Amino acid sequence: MIVRILGEGQFSVPDELSADLDRLDGDLEAAVERGDEPTFRAALNSLLSTVRERGTEAPADSLEPSELILPHEGSSMDEVRQLLTDDGVSHT
Amino acid sequence: MGVMKRVSLVFKAKANKALDKMEDPRETLDYSYQRQLEMLTKVRRGVADVATSRKRVELQMNQLQQSSTKLEDQARKALGMGREDLAREALSRKASSQSQLNDLQVQYAQLQAEEEKLTVASQRLQAKVDAFRTRKETIKATYTAAEAQTRINEAFSGISEEMGDVGQAIQRAEDKTAQMQARAGAIDELLASGALDDALGGHRDDIQSELDAISAGSDVESELSRLRGEIASGQPKQLGAGANGGQAPGQAPTAQQQQSQTPQYGGQPAALPASDYPVDDVEGGAGA
Repeated sequence: MIVRILGEGQFSVPDELSADLDRLDGDLEAAVERGDEPTFRAALNSLLSTVRERGTEAPADSLEPSELILPHEGSSMDEVRQLLTDDGVSHT
Repeated sequence: MGVMKRVSLVFKAKANKALDKMEDPRETLDYSYQRQLEMLTKVRRGVADVATSRKRVELQMNQLQQSSTKLEDQARKALGMGREDLAREALSRKASSQSQLNDLQVQYAQLQAEEEKLTVASQRLQAKVDAFRTRKETIKATYTAAEAQTRINEAFSGISEEMGDVGQAIQRAEDKTAQMQARAGAIDELLASGALDDALGGHRDDIQSELDAISAGSDVESELSRLRGEIASGQPKQLGAGANGGQAPGQAPTAQQQQSQTPQYGGQPAALPASDYPVDDVEGGAGA
């Protein structure tokens, strides 16, 4: 599956990592909802390092859209909230 | 659903919205390609802007480094002249200069990282834009408008995601650059105000002026003492002889006279009114 890290490009990640990514993503989402900065930071960093370490960079000339998109490294919780609501697309 | 999935849906929704506006999907290809070229120009400009900012920080770091070196030098001189107060002042300015410098080093590293990221992003976008152009020509040549739709959607959502990503990266770089420029402006003002050391601009700072005044003062003092010595001994001297430290090797008789006065010369200042110059205790000639 293709995962994009904003600011870093696309990675091809083995499908068996889905469960791990989902779990971390759940932590991330809950942390954003609670405004829990330490959990948010830890979950985001784990997601980023998992994708970077276990994935391989997708070819630069690929035009394939990503299945999952990760916020950029160092994102604040506000920036993540904004990503989710950008362009009037709401939390659905 | 999870943050990652939701973000990807937001990006896809944006792409679809743009596609929906087009009557003939094949028009989308050319329109989008133009936008991509514009975005490429924008990223390259972004790289150049960050580089300019980085160079400005680099310049300031050099200035602050010079300032620190100079202030330490001044502190050493001031101590040598027995002016611990001045030395303290110079060292405290050096500390402030040094802390600005440390701050700038962090900013410099951040700008460098930003510049690298944008450079890589522009290469990535370039590769995708090239791929898109090829795909676009194939689609236009091979498919009717109706058939083209699916293929266009695929190519379009991929490139649109990249464009969205790069667009945000440029925005972040611009924000960071703007912040740094505000701070760089503040440091320029600080440097110009002389709060750290305004000798950098070629004019003298106050510590240097005081050190110079001390040296100049001590020159005046020793000249005064010499003249007093001469008057006391009733032997008016030529200025040239005095300037040579009281030695006139060309005039044998006067030179002898001068030598005989030397002890008196050394003792004389004590008998005279104390000078206003704070320098007596520092200067080696007159007081000692």
